[in-house]
Amino acid sequence: MRVALMVTCVNDAMFPGTGAAVVRLLRRLGVEVDFPEAQTCCGQPMVNTGYLDEAVPAVRSFVSAFEGYDAIVTPSGSCAGSARHQHGLVARRSGDAALGMAVAEVSPRTYELSEFLVDVLGVTDVGAYFPHRVTYHPTCHSLRMLGVGDRPQRLLSAVRGLQLTELPAADQCCGFGGTFALKNTDTSVAMGADKARHVAQTGAEVLVAGDNSCLMHVGGLLSRQRSGIRVMHLAEVLAATEDER
Amino acid sequence: MTGTFVGMPAFPEAARAALADTQLRHNLAHATATIRGKRAAVVGEVEDWESLRLAGAAVKDRALRDLDQQLVTLEEQLTARGATVHWARDAAEANAIVADVARAHAVEEVVKVKSMVTQEIGLNEALEAEGIAAWETDLAELIVQLGEDLPSHILVPAIHRNRAEIRDIFRRRMATAGRPAPADLTDEPAVLAAAAREHLREKFLRAKMAVSGANFAVADTGTLVVVESEGNGRMCLTLPEVLVSVVGIEKVVPTWAELDPLLRLLPRSSTGERMNPYTSTWSGVTPGDGPQEVHVVLLDNGRSRALADDVGRQALRCIRCSACLNVCPVYERTGGHAYGSVYPGPIGAILNPLLKGTGVDEQTDALPYASSLCGACFEACPVRIDIPEVLVELRSQVVDSHREDRVPKPETAAMRGAGWMFGDAARWARLGRVSGLVGRVLGRVGGRAGPGGRRTLSRLPGPAAAWTDARDLPAPPRESFRAWWRRTDGRLDEEDQGR
Repeated sequence: MRVALMVTCVNDAMFPGTGAAVVRLLRRLGVEVDFPEAQTCCGQPMVNTGYLDEAVPAVRSFVSAFEGYDAIVTPSGSCAGSARHQHGLVARRSGDAALGMAVAEVSPRTYELSEFLVDVLGVTDVGAYFPHRVTYHPTCHSLRMLGVGDRPQRLLSAVRGLQLTELPAADQCCGFGGTFALKNTDTSVAMGADKARHVAQTGAEVLVAGDNSCLMHVGGLLSRQRSGIRVMHLAEVLAATEDER
Repeated sequence: MTGTFVGMPAFPEAARAALADTQLRHNLAHATATIRGKRAAVVGEVEDWESLRLAGAAVKDRALRDLDQQLVTLEEQLTARGATVHWARDAAEANAIVADVARAHAVEEVVKVKSMVTQEIGLNEALEAEGIAAWETDLAELIVQLGEDLPSHILVPAIHRNRAEIRDIFRRRMATAGRPAPADLTDEPAVLAAAAREHLREKFLRAKMAVSGANFAVADTGTLVVVESEGNGRMCLTLPEVLVSVVGIEKVVPTWAELDPLLRLLPRSSTGERMNPYTSTWSGVTPGDGPQEVHVVLLDNGRSRALADDVGRQALRCIRCSACLNVCPVYERTGGHAYGSVYPGPIGAILNPLLKGTGVDEQTDALPYASSLCGACFEACPVRIDIPEVLVELRSQVVDSHREDRVPKPETAAMRGAGWMFGDAARWARLGRVSGLVGRVLGRVGGRAGPGGRRTLSRLPGPAAAWTDARDLPAPPRESFRAWWRRTDGRLDEEDQGR
């Protein structure tokens, strides 16, 4: 199986450790993962702000980077959702039928990390060790656009040493929402502050989620409050092993 | 049309004021959580809720597909049963029709059944200008009207008020509108309801004319339907001699049988009840019983514009249950007034621009952006309106309406730049190298160490300040993922990776 990592623009520029964790995790599970360097961004920042024409180049580079792979794995529910649910829209708008066909080929093979591990590889125990008290925030696009269900929690529950505590009002949006975080800053921060409060209520040391952009938002508030709570991507928790300690 | 409350600022600004009102936030969080809980419980009882949603959506879609024919059938059936049918293109026409009927009967006051559509067209204000007082008889609408306030929720227009505030409004204002509040009025819900009951009873018995909307209009039988919880509507529909019903053209349901899924979906989604307490139906005039003159105003007011929108058309399926408001995290924190319209929340964020058009005014254009696209609204919608999909489509229409602007907005320039950069991995990689350089510098001198050791920035200049006013930001890493991969082929341990 030829597997490609779609690292996402946010992870590439801001959270390279998450991409590295996916690589290590998949290798440990016997999957050789490739990183096609022609990839850039899924185009979601443009699409969700209403700039559909401006998203066309990103979708083009997406399909040209990932054509020919059996599976494309990404540590982002939001970007996987964008590939699966928005690329067709962008291609239609461009009027380029060839692009539309390429999208139809590539986008259904794009998987969010927990989907790939559970559905494609068929594993829930990835052999990780992470002796910390953790709470999990199911990001909206993972939850509702992709419907990943409890796959991340099943993966986390199998991590040795990890104590998973339930997050109150877990399914409420953290308020990031892409450019929403800037266009409606006050509302975004109000939503994030409630999320941060709920996280603090759990007594967890680490907040885990499958999208670094949401974590950047909630983590930014937790950091401003000097809460001492870390945020970590699911991939980094799953990649952690006893040997590294 | 009067699509927005006059003089309202655009959403981000209105939201800021609402967010600062802690009493409002408390009232809303409490009320929406209560309704959410009730709804979830009764929806959970239905064995196949998803099939019911699909059935409800299909009924409305069928009606919308040949709306012209459905409306003609409706008109024929209503006329055959003794009603007078009027057609109104916009708010002004509809208001004029209602005022004409009132003048013809020389009435100085009318009683009203709670109705979104008459709020949409500003009927009360239009009648007031003609010297006709229109009295709301729904308890929550009465609170809003007496408080000289604006509604803030589709189902619970006074959701932003608590019991103490309502007692104060009744004490202060009831006397000027009719029967005064009793001197010993407390803020007990039953006591408040009893005061409203006495106050309204006088109005029901006195009024010669009533105005209603309709939840549904059945084409094949010429039947209008109102569902309600209090019975005030039924009083208005049966006691006065003249009845005028203003009905949005999207309310049509082709057949009587097709009401079935809708009447099951609505109460569970709306009030969290298995069945609504009152369902009233009327078809024209019944001699010797109920109103002896019935007018039906079929209103467009932007609905044909919405119908012409390939993606947005689905919003006309809306049955005004307000489930999307109660699950929306943006609505919960900002309240209904911030949307500047009688249709607030997620449905308002799409319905207002669809009815009014995009690129017309800033207030309306801000609404499709008043969402984090979390999708909770779509999940809750009983007729499966994909609100996030429509929001994105409307955002693209807002952007497209400004494509020819001589001076592009900074945002437009940024998005064009991003589009250009993401079209080529080499350009994107070059930016990553610059960012890595910044990260290296900041790693030594900037910010402070956050939990886990990474440098954190608390104050950024320019547009980035919108982020760091309230949130810290991790400093860029010294090496992008791409650069690390190229350097190591992904083979080195994490310790060696520049973070």
